[in-house]
Amino acid sequence: MKESILIAGFGGQGIMLLGKLLAYTAMQEGYLVSMIPSYGPEMRGGTANCIVTIADEKIGSPVAAHPDTVIIMNQPSLERFAPAVKKGGRIFVNSCLVRKGLDKIVQRELITVPANRLAREIGEERAANMVLLGAYLARNRFLKMDSIRESLREFIGKKGERLLALNYRALELGANI
Amino acid sequence: MRLIKGYPVSLKEKEFHYCPGCTHGLAHRLIAEVLDELEIREEAIGVASVGCSVLAYEYFNCDMQQAAHGRAPAVATGIKRVHPDKVVFTYQGDGDLASIGLAELIHAANRGEKITVIFINNAIYGMTGGQMAPTTLPGQRTSTSPAGRSSSETGFPLKIAELLSTVEGVAYLARVSLHDPAHIVEGKRAIKTAFEYQLAGRGFSLVEILAACPTNWGMTPLKALEFVRDEMLKVYPKGVYRRLEK
Amino acid sequence: MRVIVFIKRGALLMKRLMTGNEAIAEAAIRAGCRYFFAYPITPQNEIPEYMALHLPEHGGVFLQAESEIAAINMVYGAAGAGARVMTSSSSPGISLKMEGISYIAAAELPCVIVNVMRGGPGLGGIQPSQSDYFQAVKGGGHGDYRLLVLAPASVQEAAGLTAEAFVLADYYRNPVLILADGIIGQMMEPVTFEDIKPGENIAKPWATTGARGREPNIINSLYLDPEELEEHNRKLFRKYEEMKESEQRAELYRMEDAELVLVAYGTTARIAMTAVDMAREKGLKAGLVRPISLFPFPERIIRSTIRQSSAYLAVEMSMGQMVEDLRLAVNGERPVYFYGRTGGVVPTAEEILERIEILAGGYEGCA
Repeated sequence: MKESILIAGFGGQGIMLLGKLLAYTAMQEGYLVSMIPSYGPEMRGGTANCIVTIADEKIGSPVAAHPDTVIIMNQPSLERFAPAVKKGGRIFVNSCLVRKGLDKIVQRELITVPANRLAREIGEERAANMVLLGAYLARNRFLKMDSIRESLREFIGKKGERLLALNYRALELGANI
Repeated sequence: MRLIKGYPVSLKEKEFHYCPGCTHGLAHRLIAEVLDELEIREEAIGVASVGCSVLAYEYFNCDMQQAAHGRAPAVATGIKRVHPDKVVFTYQGDGDLASIGLAELIHAANRGEKITVIFINNAIYGMTGGQMAPTTLPGQRTSTSPAGRSSSETGFPLKIAELLSTVEGVAYLARVSLHDPAHIVEGKRAIKTAFEYQLAGRGFSLVEILAACPTNWGMTPLKALEFVRDEMLKVYPKGVYRRLEK
Repeated sequence: MRVIVFIKRGALLMKRLMTGNEAIAEAAIRAGCRYFFAYPITPQNEIPEYMALHLPEHGGVFLQAESEIAAINMVYGAAGAGARVMTSSSSPGISLKMEGISYIAAAELPCVIVNVMRGGPGLGGIQPSQSDYFQAVKGGGHGDYRLLVLAPASVQEAAGLTAEAFVLADYYRNPVLILADGIIGQMMEPVTFEDIKPGENIAKPWATTGARGREPNIINSLYLDPEELEEHNRKLFRKYEEMKESEQRAELYRMEDAELVLVAYGTTARIAMTAVDMAREKGLKAGLVRPISLFPFPERIIRSTIRQSSAYLAVEMSMGQMVEDLRLAVNGERPVYFYGRTGGVVPTAEEILERIEILAGGYEGCA
């Protein structure tokens, strides 16, 4: 069993955090994982993406030409990555920032999530990535919501109770989509 | 008869390969005497550079590393960081230090590496056969400035002591000349002070020594010393350029 | 990253999720490296950053040098002074270090050098590449010398090989190069350091430590007498022969009955592994030899597969470099093909599979 998940958006949307969170949580659950970030100037404000592989057997290629799942947070990323998704794969889209081209998606499952709007409603638009993660978690085979919550607690640390609660809320909103 | 000065323990009893009238032998001896007097021969690690003094490791009777062209201050940095309690010095000519190795020199100085640099400035490349150096005087003929150095084409004598005088990591910086006995005594005092600054952990120290190269200058040894006195000292004034007070 | 403990299949392991760069740095510290000199360059900056943060905690020295040239010469000085020392860089920076590396090899000083390769030539790009293979395994700088070159294919292996590199460097009195690519450096994977222990401290009576009560030590690479230099070079090459005897390493993957043998190292080997799996699903008898030591090239292991193989396919992130060593090893006894992507483009398993299928179909000249 193996899943490759590509996450893409603008730098600053928390793409790498999602990738690390998924990889770290999967590792804790006993899976083999790899996470490759895009690096270089892209990190600083341009587009950012990472690819996470979770498996219960040795991971060969840590890159995937045709990922099983993509989480798309902005328009350019849809255009760049959606066509590559494996047939039968899933495309999670932040529908607040991605409006064009959704009708072209065929033979893949499309899950649209108004992530920015939902995050804004709980007072922190920057939690849009967590809303999308919530939507993904509700539909994945590997990771439990509780484990992600536990990792988040470790990532954020004790000082961020308010931030933690906010992220939990964002995850829930996404999971309920 | 009474022996007033013997052969320094810090010099191996080996004949120098230097040309007649060359200042390197004298400079080696002064450093060796200072190592003896400060009783640091067994604590010293020297770094030889590339140039006429490339074989310095065969002369100094202490641990030595031979460095790539211009890199001695970086090599000395590596040694000193590993052995902060030892005395580390480099011995570099003007091609090595002022041309190819300027970056390594300035940054070691700026970091205040607690090393001592002995810089031999004879205004020419000796080992490769008398080519122009950054320190060559205006109008001076060399094998690569056969009509004399033209400053409009090839720049001006690079004044290392002046250049380093604003660098804050430098604790002691002096320019000396070895063209007559009085200046030799003064030069040795500067070398000793430079090592004392290192021993006290004050920072980077450098002594620029104006030196003669009769062979490549095409002069007799005596004329060459006069050239140092009459021409080089005008362009490169002697003196203490930086000295941190206690 | 935080340390977690988890139990899988009965094994209790302390695992951390780290980038290859961080794991290399941590492994070096655990292996006893206490001096690190380097200059920033992408994609290896996490190594100096990690060292800057953690080496002082262990009483070590991190120094950001003014250039790669200065950094490698600081390594020369520190190695000559008897320390366990490392530097890291990426392709253009490694070119700058080559002068110093030649001196270090000539003076027989132990040290570890990490190259996290990016696309070249020139300033090239910053994406993963394997186009410094020639530079790494054929010497790289001037003169007759070799480096011991190890190529990790995972974060765990990057840690393990780095630690071992210090032991090998001390044993052979030779620089050891860790040849990784941008993906190995940037990728995060779980890694455990439990098996990594500081290697025993080999005595270094030759080091410059101050000549107290002994004759002076000299670290040098100058031999003006040609016969002396020839003798010195012969001595170096006896050492390289010993490496060839003792250090050839490779991993075999699905080679039991393989007929088409892929040969790839580093990240490319990981991708080739997936391509082999895909080929097997289609009933094609493909397998993989993954060189771990690049110098010495695992000739003997390649030779041991000749009888079963019909052809070899080298896959690299370059225009074809390792393939030359593969051809030397195969020595004309089987056809050797090549597939590569370059400039920072990473080959996909699908592309490699396509080549396997063409070869299985008996087409010639598919490179």
